[in-house]
Amino acid sequence: MYEGPVQDLIDELGRLPGVGPKSAQRIAFHLLAAEPADISRLQEVLQKVKEGVVFCQVCGNVSEEQTCRICRDARRDPTVVCVVEEPKDVVAVEKTREFKGRYHVLGGALDPLSGIGPDQLRIRELLGRIGSDDIKEIILATDPNTEGEATATYLVRMLRDFPGLTVTRLASGLPMGGDLEFADELTLGRALSGRRTV
Amino acid sequence: MSLYRDACVVLRVQKLGEADRIITLLSQRHGKIRGVAKGVRRTSSRFGARLEPFGHVDVQLYTGRTLDVITQVDTLDAFGVGLVEDYPRYTAACAVLETADRLTAEEGEPVLRLYLLVVGALRALADRQRDASLVLDAFLLRAMGFAGWAPAVTECARCGEPGPHQSFSVQAGGSVCPRCRPAGCSSPSRETLVLLDALTHGDWAEVDRTQQASRREASGLVAALLQWHLERQLRSLPLVERRTSAGAVDRLAAQVREVLAERQS
Ligand SMILES: [Zn+2]
Ligand SMILES: [Zn+2]
Repeated sequence: MYEGPVQDLIDELGRLPGVGPKSAQRIAFHLLAAEPADISRLQEVLQKVKEGVVFCQVCGNVSEEQTCRICRDARRDPTVVCVVEEPKDVVAVEKTREFKGRYHVLGGALDPLSGIGPDQLRIRELLGRIGSDDIKEIILATDPNTEGEATATYLVRMLRDFPGLTVTRLASGLPMGGDLEFADELTLGRALSGRRTV
Repeated sequence: MSLYRDACVVLRVQKLGEADRIITLLSQRHGKIRGVAKGVRRTSSRFGARLEPFGHVDVQLYTGRTLDVITQVDTLDAFGVGLVEDYPRYTAACAVLETADRLTAEEGEPVLRLYLLVVGALRALADRQRDASLVLDAFLLRAMGFAGWAPAVTECARCGEPGPHQSFSVQAGGSVCPRCRPAGCSSPSRETLVLLDALTHGDWAEVDRTQQASRREASGLVAALLQWHLERQLRSLPLVERRTSAGAVDRLAAQVREVLAERQS
């Protein structure tokens, strides 16, 4: 335990996701030693992030304006929409440079244990887009865990028989670099159901 | 530091730090356990997806200072595989897990009967043979029995007078005779009472003979009884997709489907 403001800083940092007590301490002492200019810059962006960032009215991604950069970009294919849980998933898919369509951010996954059902996610907004825009394919890219799978199941059932709409699911299977015998049943099951002809 | 091993159901997972998770387990012999699974969120983790909710697993742990630490996991039944592929079953199974979690306040106190009820309910839901809503209601009734809250359905909840009785009072604990009858009773159908009794005792031949209307009424009574006894509402129970429910999202989906069909033709 440290005195006063230092401990306060460590406590605040420790509340952030992914920061354990040791990391919090390391970051706090790094900040203590930093140049005043660096600290002011950090202060400014922290302030801005709450005031300046809004959510894109179309896709729900974090944005600086009412519509995000990807939704405004005419070169992106508006007929293909990739559905993800969180804005960070948009970043992950963008990094692959494989995807040229648009996104839809649900804002989470269907998780009844946390009180999250279809009404708590941006599913109605997705339906609105499908009804009004010319969307031909929906790619479901929810997380490969229990809640993500259940969310994909729900959306597949809902969108399956929409005329003129193709629904696809990210292939998910065995992590590269592992041995088959160590794969768990859930992962192996997904890999089997998503198998393809070679 | 001592090592122990037990068969468990994964009730809940919570993020901890960068790559770890706190796993709440309902075990066969050690009651409810909260254990840490280190590095489980990394794709290279040897635990893989074994510690996801609904997993029935053989776990090895060592006792830590605050939380026990999970060192080894083997799958007994991967119930999650079948459950996530069927949304109504997934939501019903979530209600099973939350109920079990809420009925076991004390960690470490053995709850073998509840453990067996949970494994049985998850197996029945994952097998997809029986109606998910009926399996859930049967589980909730028996779980209430475990907690000492079993509703009276064949006799009066207050004086024990043999029934069946016409009136039903959630506050009084089930059926009530004309003499004990408090104000504000409901009058469920005779078949609903038969169904509640059959679900409690696992008489599925009797259950299968009942009508949808009785099943809806029974589900309502079971939910009301459970909520009456629990301090806080269950979060998952209102989100269970029952046989009749078509929420706002489903209605909107039907409209959009029509719009697309028109555009196609
Ligand atoms: Zn956007
Ligand atoms: Zn009586």
